[in-house]
Amino acid sequence: MDHSEPLLETPLFSAHRALGARMVPFAGYQMPVQYPDGILAEHGWTRTHAGLFDVSHMGQALLRGPDHATTARALEALAPADFLNLAPGKQRYSQLLTDDGGIIDDFMVTRPLAPEADGTLILVVNAACKAGDFAHIAAHLPDGITLIERPERALLALQGPEAATVMARHCPQAAALDFMAAIPATFDGIPVEVSRSGYTGEDGFEISVENDSAPLLWAALLAEPEVKAIGLGARDSLRLEAGLCLYGHDIDLATSPIEAALMWSIQKRRRIEGGFPGAERIQHELAQGPARVRVGLRLEGRAPAREGAEIASGGAVVGLVTSGGFAPTLAAPIAMGYVPPALSAPGTRLDVLVRGKALAATVASLPFVPTRYARKPKAGG
Amino acid sequence: MTSVRYTKDHEYVRVEGDVAVVGISDYAQQQLGDVVFVELPEIGKIVTKGGEAAVVESVKAASEVYAPLSGEVVEVNSELEGAPGLVNEAAEGKGWFMKLKLSNPAELDELLNEHAYKDFLDTLA
Repeated sequence: MDHSEPLLETPLFSAHRALGARMVPFAGYQMPVQYPDGILAEHGWTRTHAGLFDVSHMGQALLRGPDHATTARALEALAPADFLNLAPGKQRYSQLLTDDGGIIDDFMVTRPLAPEADGTLILVVNAACKAGDFAHIAAHLPDGITLIERPERALLALQGPEAATVMARHCPQAAALDFMAAIPATFDGIPVEVSRSGYTGEDGFEISVENDSAPLLWAALLAEPEVKAIGLGARDSLRLEAGLCLYGHDIDLATSPIEAALMWSIQKRRRIEGGFPGAERIQHELAQGPARVRVGLRLEGRAPAREGAEIASGGAVVGLVTSGGFAPTLAAPIAMGYVPPALSAPGTRLDVLVRGKALAATVASLPFVPTRYARKPKAGG
Repeated sequence: MTSVRYTKDHEYVRVEGDVAVVGISDYAQQQLGDVVFVELPEIGKIVTKGGEAAVVESVKAASEVYAPLSGEVVEVNSELEGAPGLVNEAAEGKGWFMKLKLSNPAELDELLNEHAYKDFLDTLA
């Protein structure tokens, strides 16, 4: 990224300033890394009440074609999820892949609920990748399908065990949604698109709204006693505890979804049929196992291991930490990184090298902190 | 009478006789945010002015702490092991890092006094 470019502001810039946020450059935007309460307090608040995040820097777009099957197949040529069988009003996580099966970005795809929107898919991509993603998608679309960017929209996330209680007061339809479901709705009369999803491991919502209405929506949510504004610092520690990947760190052009332990996001039909970039590598890795795999690590002691720290076994370096820090919920250091599959079983003892010292670590199952998504109990289970 | 001196890297030194108490300034802890770990040197370590003496880790990142003066580490604040948040609560009080027996007290003159440090902070705003 060219750092000489002036930094962009989201529609909530003034609101962050008024709250006393510390603003930092992130993906070309000035974003709040923390508010005066600080990252630990913000993290704890989100795990116990409801945290409000401005994620308007993320890239929103529509993929529009003549009918669902045509649009879904166009996206299936770029990403390995089953979009064809995605039901109206449902959302799916996937990855844009290179021909080698590396990850260009990870993103969310929603099939709109309204029948009149048939043929449209709603995309949300990472802020730092959005220009590249949109160019990549647009360059690979068949005739009759267009990518429509939505810079006129902001995105807010409300996350935490009290998020649904808060939403019920302003947008009751949203409070009735299941995890990974989405609807168009109104919030105090403001038109919004709401999904039951997020990046914290908690129950919660992501709310897309026109830029002009974003400050009103922000203020209405923040006025609720359960809600506090949460910065990007806590967003990062929350997603790490939830074992979720951060693009550019835990996943990148070199990692495949199988290495990244994201095989759950490639539905059965796609695994069998292929037909997505890198299918050869991914099908091979599914059958034979990948050369390395993403794992969680619990470190003994209190010293955190950061991205780039070497992971060792029996004195030999076997991998690298891709995200690491202090887990406020566990009051202990945690990390994610890549190791050979033979060393990936939970309980495997490894070392992480921090400033020349070998710190004892144990492979932990992910997520580190149990997720609390609003999933309907499965019938007949 | 004790006096506090500062470096432009935001360490402070409070000289008490021939021993100097070293830590990071209140400004530094504010900039770091919540401190979750402090790696302190071993007692007996000889440090040189400007050399690495400790590491302070916030939730977000690790930062090196440089020795503001040359000397021998004669004591470290072991309370920080269990309560690193003391650095945020009282950076220039209970959140001190180490005590140095100075090998070259003349170096003290090269550091900023409280007034000069405040002026320096004003230039960072």
